Amino acid sequence: MSALQRLFNFNGGVKPAYNKEASIGLPIAVPPTPTLLVIPLHQSIGGMPRPLVKAGERVLKGQRIGGADGNVSSAVHASTSGTVVAVEMRLMPHTSGLTALCVVIEPDGRDEWIPRQPFDFRSATPTQSRDYLRDAGVVGLGGAVFPTYLKLNPGKHGRLDTLVLNGAECEPFITCDDMLMRERAETVLKGAVIMREMLGAGQVLVGIEDNKPEAIAAMEVAAQAANAAAGDAAIKIVAVPTRYPAGGAKQLIRVLTGIEVPHGKRSTDYGVQCFNVGTAYAVYEAITLGQPLISRIVTIAGNVGRARNYEVLFGTPMRDLVALCDPLPDSDRVIMGGPMMGLRMPNDSVPVVKAANCILVGSRKLFPPPPPEMPCIRCGECAKVCPSDLQPFEMYWFSRARIFGKTQEYHLFDCIECGCCAYVCPSHIPLVDYYRFAKSEIWAHESEKEAADVARQRYEFRLLREEREKQEKAAKLAAKTAAGRERAAAALADADKPAVTPEQDAKKALIAAALELARTQKAQVQPENISNLTPEQQAEIDAIEARRAEIREMAKPHVRQND
Amino acid sequence: MNNSLNNSPYFRQPASVQSVMLRVLAALIPGIAAYVWFFGAGILVQIALASVAALAAEALMLSLRGKPLAMFLGDGSALVTAWLIALTFPSIAPWWLTVCGTLLAIVVAKHLYGGLGQNPFNPAMVAFALMIVAYPQLMSQWPAAGATDFATQWQAIFGSRQIDAITMATPLDALRTALHTAEAKASVASVLGANPAVGGLGGKGWEWVAVGYLLGGLWLLQQRIVTWHMPTAFLAGLALVAGLFNLIDSTQFAGPLFHIFTGGAMLGAFFIVTDPVSGTTTPRGKLIFAAGVALLTWIIRTFGAYPDGIAFAVLLMNITAPLIDMYTQPPVFGHKNGEAP
Repeated sequence: MSALQRLFNFNGGVKPAYNKEASIGLPIAVPPTPTLLVIPLHQSIGGMPRPLVKAGERVLKGQRIGGADGNVSSAVHASTSGTVVAVEMRLMPHTSGLTALCVVIEPDGRDEWIPRQPFDFRSATPTQSRDYLRDAGVVGLGGAVFPTYLKLNPGKHGRLDTLVLNGAECEPFITCDDMLMRERAETVLKGAVIMREMLGAGQVLVGIEDNKPEAIAAMEVAAQAANAAAGDAAIKIVAVPTRYPAGGAKQLIRVLTGIEVPHGKRSTDYGVQCFNVGTAYAVYEAITLGQPLISRIVTIAGNVGRARNYEVLFGTPMRDLVALCDPLPDSDRVIMGGPMMGLRMPNDSVPVVKAANCILVGSRKLFPPPPPEMPCIRCGECAKVCPSDLQPFEMYWFSRARIFGKTQEYHLFDCIECGCCAYVCPSHIPLVDYYRFAKSEIWAHESEKEAADVARQRYEFRLLREEREKQEKAAKLAAKTAAGRERAAAALADADKPAVTPEQDAKKALIAAALELARTQKAQVQPENISNLTPEQQAEIDAIEARRAEIREMAKPHVRQND
Repeated sequence: MNNSLNNSPYFRQPASVQSVMLRVLAALIPGIAAYVWFFGAGILVQIALASVAALAAEALMLSLRGKPLAMFLGDGSALVTAWLIALTFPSIAPWWLTVCGTLLAIVVAKHLYGGLGQNPFNPAMVAFALMIVAYPQLMSQWPAAGATDFATQWQAIFGSRQIDAITMATPLDALRTALHTAEAKASVASVLGANPAVGGLGGKGWEWVAVGYLLGGLWLLQQRIVTWHMPTAFLAGLALVAGLFNLIDSTQFAGPLFHIFTGGAMLGAFFIVTDPVSGTTTPRGKLIFAAGVALLTWIIRTFGAYPDGIAFAVLLMNITAPLIDMYTQPPVFGHKNGEAP
């Protein structure tokens, strides 16, 4: 089956030492539940979910504790049952050391689930299905954590040619997808079948790097069963050549279908959509078992004595997991992700989140500091290995010179930060750092400009309103004086007419009674509206207030800080 | 936890500027060996002179610029410049000519423009061009193959007087001089046939040096230090234009093989035109750049006043490199077939 699949090539890429053997020896295990779970509310691309629980509240396993906020956002759930001890700012698993709102849960050890019900997506509308997956917190588990419900949209044609499942797992050390496919191939493909139906996809191509023969074999068996059950041959397992970054979504789509999806375009416009195998597994759990996303498989590897994959509850401190794997004494850092793209953690107490496919323990010996940076000699090695066909040394040049417009002309935002360029650079230039710097400078500049635009618009609107009010006031005044004059003239003319008739009196009384009734009704309803709010409603109101405060803040005249 | 650690990627391929430069030097060795075999060990003296001068100038400029000495002296880039200067200058040039050329290359062409990676012009070619303009006579005296022993060469390099007896016009020089002089009877065949410095393909002995450079160059290709674009475009371009004019009038224009195997053509194809710093970097840009050098080289060789045209051709094309790069940017992933559907 797979032999018939025609494969395509992407330019560039590197072949680093894969170091995957250490963590595939033992099956996936479940670590002991930690004494405290710190669950960040913001675990996906998009809006920060609103907290739905308060300190002191008891929560059940799978209970929603963060509600999706805005068009791009995904819910967050309690990983086990217990008591919320705090909703507060905690250190995030990010190099910058920033803090963000987290729900801190003390597990009660009972692991008590919310009532779980399968979701009948076949009788639901596509929007209902997507809302369900949003509220089930399913996001891309390959590391990018993009909300899955947004990608389960077949796009303008209503159907797709190809659903790509990404099991390439090209980053060194990481084996969580490998182990998932080996142990739970059937479930992964059940998720894929659901996704295929939701997308109306013609075929399902599962791309797996050919350095994972066991996973390929397990998936082949499961695919044959799934195809036999469906009576077609829609699911194909395809071994793809092992070359980093073959697991980049765009690179894998290219390898499997020959289609190149440009930066900023939807792959569905090209008839293809790509999900990680772990995401397919999560979709199955959410739809068929009614279980929201509360855990994932995490590889613990690197400078440890016993590397292994664990199925970890979100909010588990990384330190607990590292301790299970006998870290070597010279360990000096914890990295979330692989050695090519992973993020160095501010310390080892940060929690496991949906993006954490791997916890890589580092040391000076394993990941020696790069030799001193030399000038670029324009040798072009970086351009040769760039999978996005960029000219990295040109972007470096302009980033360094802070000529950010030029970096964009050289397609800075097409860079996927895979690290191939820095990996091969003979001058040891931390190229990706330069691109991150340039991107963040451009983003900062743009949001500054946006805020200034908002402020300017508000100011202009205020001027307009003041002008209008002035005009209205003047018109009113003019009308009043004119009316006064008319009334005086009319009074003079009607001086001898009889006073109000009894009929008119009765009408006036009726109107007065109706007005009184309306007033009392309004008075009764009003207080009810703002008391007895559900936490969700209260959170919504708070969020709106916060946004208004933010806009007020933005509208203030900006003082630009120059360096 | 240590916050002074670097960001991703956390490991790198073992590669360094030093290893690139050392491999370029190693690739020159077959050519140098042939050079010594046919023309004596004088070239080794020149290489030593240029290397010492280059390292001294590099150290001086680095300390003036407040740069770390050990890191940059060890990168090998000054040595590559030095060796190229020694190999393009006559091997019996007086010592001060080589030293002055090297100093100019390192101090002016390299460091005054910002040092490693910043120079818009190929430093070795700057040295060659300046010296041939300033000392055309000295820069045109080449030893004949097998005619000179080391002692005589040593005297030519370090002695105070010129030794005309051991020098000989190169085939390129002889050809141009003969064809340009008033006796219009000379033809390519008659000039080259009469000249004892002419061998089977190019200059006697020089053709074997060229073969040595070719071998080293092919190894650089295999090592992925140079790409095929520049050597191919240069050699093919030179052969094409020479072949075309040779077909039109074989009495006035030498053939393609002669052009490729004489002068600095083979050295240029793999070691000079391919300088990444001062050349173009895009695949199409490399083809255009190298073909441009080839065309200019042939024009200068055929109609110019200097014995070889590569230095001037390279410098002229260096000027155009940024422009060529700008207009030959390869399409980015996903943008190859114009706009999206």
